[in-house]
Amino acid sequence: MGQTDTALAGEPASPLLAVRAITKRFGSFTANDGVTLGLAQGEVHALLGENGAGKSTLVKMLYGLLAPTEGEILWQGAPITLANPNAARALGIGMVFQHFSLFDNLTVAENIALVMPQTVRLQDVPGRIEEISRAYGMGLEPGRPVWSLSAGERQRIEIARCLLQDPKVLILDEPTSVLTPQEAEKLFETLDRLKEEGRALLYISHHLEEVKRLCDRATILRLGKVVGTCDPRVETARSLAALMVGTQIAEVRAAGAHALGKERLVVSDLDAPSPSLHGVALKHVSLAVKGGEVFGVAGVAGNGQSELFANLSGESLAPRPESILIDGAPVGGLGISERRARNAGFVPEERNGHAAAPDFTLSENIVLTGHGSNGLTQMGFINGAAAKAQSQKVITAFDVRKSGADPLARTLSGGNLQKFVVGREILREPALLVINQPTWGVDALAAATIRQALLDLCARGVAVLIISQDLDELFEISDRIAVIHTGQLSAALPARSVTREEIGLLMAGMSGGAHPSGDGHAP
Amino acid sequence: MRLDLYARPSRSRLREILAPVGAMIVAILIGGIVVALMGRSPLEAFDVYFIEPLSQSYSLQAIAVKATPLILIGVGLAFCYRANYWNIGAEGQFIAGGALGGWLGLLTHDGAYQGALGSWWILPAMMILGALGGLLYAMIPALLRVWLNVSEILTSLMLVYVAQLGLDWLVRGPWKDPTGHNLPVSVNFDPEATLPILFDGGSLHLGVLLAPIVAVIAAVVFAKTLFGYQVRLVGSAPKAARFGGFNDRAVAVAAFAISGGLAGLAGVVEVSGKIGQLLPSISPGYGFSAIIVAFLGRLSPIGIFIAGLVLALTFVGGEDAQIAMHLPGDLTLAFQGVLLICVLAADVLARYSLRLTLGAKG
Amino acid sequence: MSFDPQQIQDILVIIVAAATPLLLAAIGEVVAERAGMLNLGLEGMMIVGAATGFAFAYLSGSTMIGVVAGIFCGMLMSGVFAFLTIGLATNQVAAGLALTIFGRGLANLIGEGFVGLKRTGAPHLYIPGLTDLPLVGRLIFGEDFFVYFAILLTGAVSYWLMRTRAGLTLRAVGDNHTSGHSLGVPVRGIRLLAVLFGGACAGLAGAYLSLSYTPFWSPDMTAGRGWIALALVVFASWKPWRALAGALLFGGVAVLALAFQGLGVPIPAQLLNSLPYLTTIVVLVVLSIRDSRGALAPASLGQAFIPDR
Repeated sequence: MGQTDTALAGEPASPLLAVRAITKRFGSFTANDGVTLGLAQGEVHALLGENGAGKSTLVKMLYGLLAPTEGEILWQGAPITLANPNAARALGIGMVFQHFSLFDNLTVAENIALVMPQTVRLQDVPGRIEEISRAYGMGLEPGRPVWSLSAGERQRIEIARCLLQDPKVLILDEPTSVLTPQEAEKLFETLDRLKEEGRALLYISHHLEEVKRLCDRATILRLGKVVGTCDPRVETARSLAALMVGTQIAEVRAAGAHALGKERLVVSDLDAPSPSLHGVALKHVSLAVKGGEVFGVAGVAGNGQSELFANLSGESLAPRPESILIDGAPVGGLGISERRARNAGFVPEERNGHAAAPDFTLSENIVLTGHGSNGLTQMGFINGAAAKAQSQKVITAFDVRKSGADPLARTLSGGNLQKFVVGREILREPALLVINQPTWGVDALAAATIRQALLDLCARGVAVLIISQDLDELFEISDRIAVIHTGQLSAALPARSVTREEIGLLMAGMSGGAHPSGDGHAP
Repeated sequence: MRLDLYARPSRSRLREILAPVGAMIVAILIGGIVVALMGRSPLEAFDVYFIEPLSQSYSLQAIAVKATPLILIGVGLAFCYRANYWNIGAEGQFIAGGALGGWLGLLTHDGAYQGALGSWWILPAMMILGALGGLLYAMIPALLRVWLNVSEILTSLMLVYVAQLGLDWLVRGPWKDPTGHNLPVSVNFDPEATLPILFDGGSLHLGVLLAPIVAVIAAVVFAKTLFGYQVRLVGSAPKAARFGGFNDRAVAVAAFAISGGLAGLAGVVEVSGKIGQLLPSISPGYGFSAIIVAFLGRLSPIGIFIAGLVLALTFVGGEDAQIAMHLPGDLTLAFQGVLLICVLAADVLARYSLRLTLGAKG
Repeated sequence: MSFDPQQIQDILVIIVAAATPLLLAAIGEVVAERAGMLNLGLEGMMIVGAATGFAFAYLSGSTMIGVVAGIFCGMLMSGVFAFLTIGLATNQVAAGLALTIFGRGLANLIGEGFVGLKRTGAPHLYIPGLTDLPLVGRLIFGEDFFVYFAILLTGAVSYWLMRTRAGLTLRAVGDNHTSGHSLGVPVRGIRLLAVLFGGACAGLAGAYLSLSYTPFWSPDMTAGRGWIALALVVFASWKPWRALAGALLFGGVAVLALAFQGLGVPIPAQLLNSLPYLTTIVVLVVLSIRDSRGALAPASLGQAFIPDR
């Protein structure tokens, strides 16, 4: 599948910003390999690729954060060297980061003032912020500390920060990953306006519908190389996906209708105070998950997902023990080990550092959640051989790729480590599995493996609860979906009949709003 | 100009074991330069510090005797440091243990309290009290950290000064030997309260056996037990530790208890073995030198055992150098500081390679 | 007990004198910690400053040369710390301890030849008429240059941190060094400068001890003041003016000990001497109860930083 430069209308003859045969290596790992790409004035250009394709590396070079190993960057046709982001900004290149580059304990004005050129006085910054906020309808208050703002507001700070420098090129890295559908729509309006103003936009995403709506051209990266350029308005989502992944991924097969068992997890009126300074308190959360069912919890990041997970897993204890029942027994006051003893399995969001200890080997990580089970510990001593055997079972069953017999967890790629931590829990044969962000940051093949494993699990009568920010994933495998917003959970709606709009409104806390008393029973 | 670190592609166990050796060599070279600057011969100094003490029986025994507290404290520190709790107050816990254990020696002086049972119980009781004293003293920074999140670095350090002043007061006041011509010393311990010498005419006392025993037990604990696993986990990935269902607070308190207990044990061993009485100062900074021993041994009990012997060698060599070459004792301490700096640098360089690039970009 | 204004002034002057080295070291550490660097080598840098300060002053006959030497050597030591923690991304706690252990040995080595020697202390200001005012004359108009400099430094650092672009950049690095790096802020360069400033202040604080507070050198003369200064930074919530208040508090405690001894109160000298250390613990405990979530500390404090390139 070589370079397919399909016939394009308006292929830019003289691009504003371009890269030619750019290569970037980190030691023996090649992140970008001979990438060539051009961006014209007023163009919205998509950079497509799945997780790990090299998109972020490429744009970091365009912003001066990384230096290319080989190849050139060209500005208005002439080769340039970008020593650091200041140089990029001076040329007129701005970047909106996926994981915002903001300072939580500083104010909006201070965050923006940091990148303004020295000629601008500190006292003038708040006034400028208000100007541009009015001009683009952003609603920013210069004096507020960033930690008190939502994800959407934080992104608007990032954008305002760029716009104040009057950029000719704006790079956006996965901007909608933290937005509700309605906030995303608002973002697109702003981007349309920027395009009308003649600025060039480089839009990184792996959400194909968005790309089709916004972009004039798309370059597709796979494993660091350009595998095609096209006009996304003409292509279908399926053809784009095939280009991105390179093989036809088997569609995830639902097991077909199966009888649902009894309720295995029941949460009634769970109220939990916020555990930390910037956390979210849970209010009157209620849900029920039956054996054989996949219950999805949708929501924009930061609305209480981590707190919900911690309360379900037992890392945070619930104020009333009866508010959480596993197989009918009140477990709210029990810790995670006791809940595991009742056949529950848990997979948290952060695989390196929470689900697994990065500097421990895979077999040691088996002991992490398995030490209460038979055979792994005897009288306080760890049975290393048993742990290694169990680890090998997981590796084989879930096709975990690794180097070395028993490597450190940190050496595995994101997808492989995720397969390991999910597989580790599945092989403990739980009756209930709670997962937070099952395939975040994972390549498409591993993601498909994990989702299939979850569906197979529920076909065996296991109750599965998934918390995810990926609506596509939730619609693909859930039976019912509820939405969490500011610590409150809506009623659960059947996945087959509810629309994305309805979910989107609930994610934004609107329409019908949260139904806190919903008990989530299937219709 | 930029200095950049690049992770080495693979971990080499050989490199990780050689790193402390390399550090030692660099530190010795630096020491040699300093000695030359002070107008003495570096080669002669090297001989007096490192070679000579290994050639004589009495100095070999002195090394073993000096290494014992360093190893005991160092192994205890390994438990704290691997759990990411920075117990800097081992010196204070050493003193607390020596004082509490030594107190029993004073109490039973001249046959007191030795009615029907005789006197065999005194030494073991002193050892237990010593460990207990260090353990309890270490509970202060431990509990303050676990309950109130107070920096254990600062509290344990402050308590060192308090312990030193406390012992000073005790020995100059209530515990002063009334027949001692007003010298600030306690009575000498009876033979029943003194660790017996192993070989006649030498200085090797029974307490020396504790060091290898403790090191081996600790090595097994770290490698094979669930408790050792928890200690390593809490230090390396605290969120994962909670996810695993382990009580990280309990682990922290246990780590401090072990660390304080071993330091206190070292204190009473020193007091009842080498010193034989209580003095205003019972430690030439063992608690701090043990920190170096812990890092030099890469926080592993067997490594600490070897590192303790190495540092004891420098102490004994340093004493000899004071006599033979009039080199000040502080040179040894400065050398130990340089050694720690080199060990820290070597530890990083074992895992990363360093590249210096001149000009704006690499 | 009669309240003799002369006695009261004496006490106040001693409080200020005892507070000055703590304040100087603490201001430097505030800047370093605001950039995210935890420098536990403060005690070692201070004592090296004391030893080299006295040595150079004694040999050259000039207090100023001693001051410059103390500052310079404090900076050199902090340069080693910076190399370890910023260049090699070593654990900051271990590196700081190494510097303290090394510093104590080195300082005693340097000072060995100067034990027992005395020289005239740093000169004090004298303005006829003003300095002779009762109660506050010597306090306000009769201090030595170190005291005035310490107060000026406090004001200057406070203004610089909160009102200038450079100070904002430093605070940003301390809050989130990865965000700073993504925006092109030279994180490591800023941390280096902050550490060097901290080392210079620590060296100056040490020089004060051996050139003015007591005009001689004695082994281990800092007696843990570097550690107390670290606690002081926490007590001050990383704000310079509060560090001034805290330093005066600790100075007061030290004076209390002297006062009790002078009054012949039958409290053992060792207990009085342990008051500063016990006070430090109490202060830390009180602070932790008030701010149990550690929300006031710079968020990236103590975190190493290895940028991709």
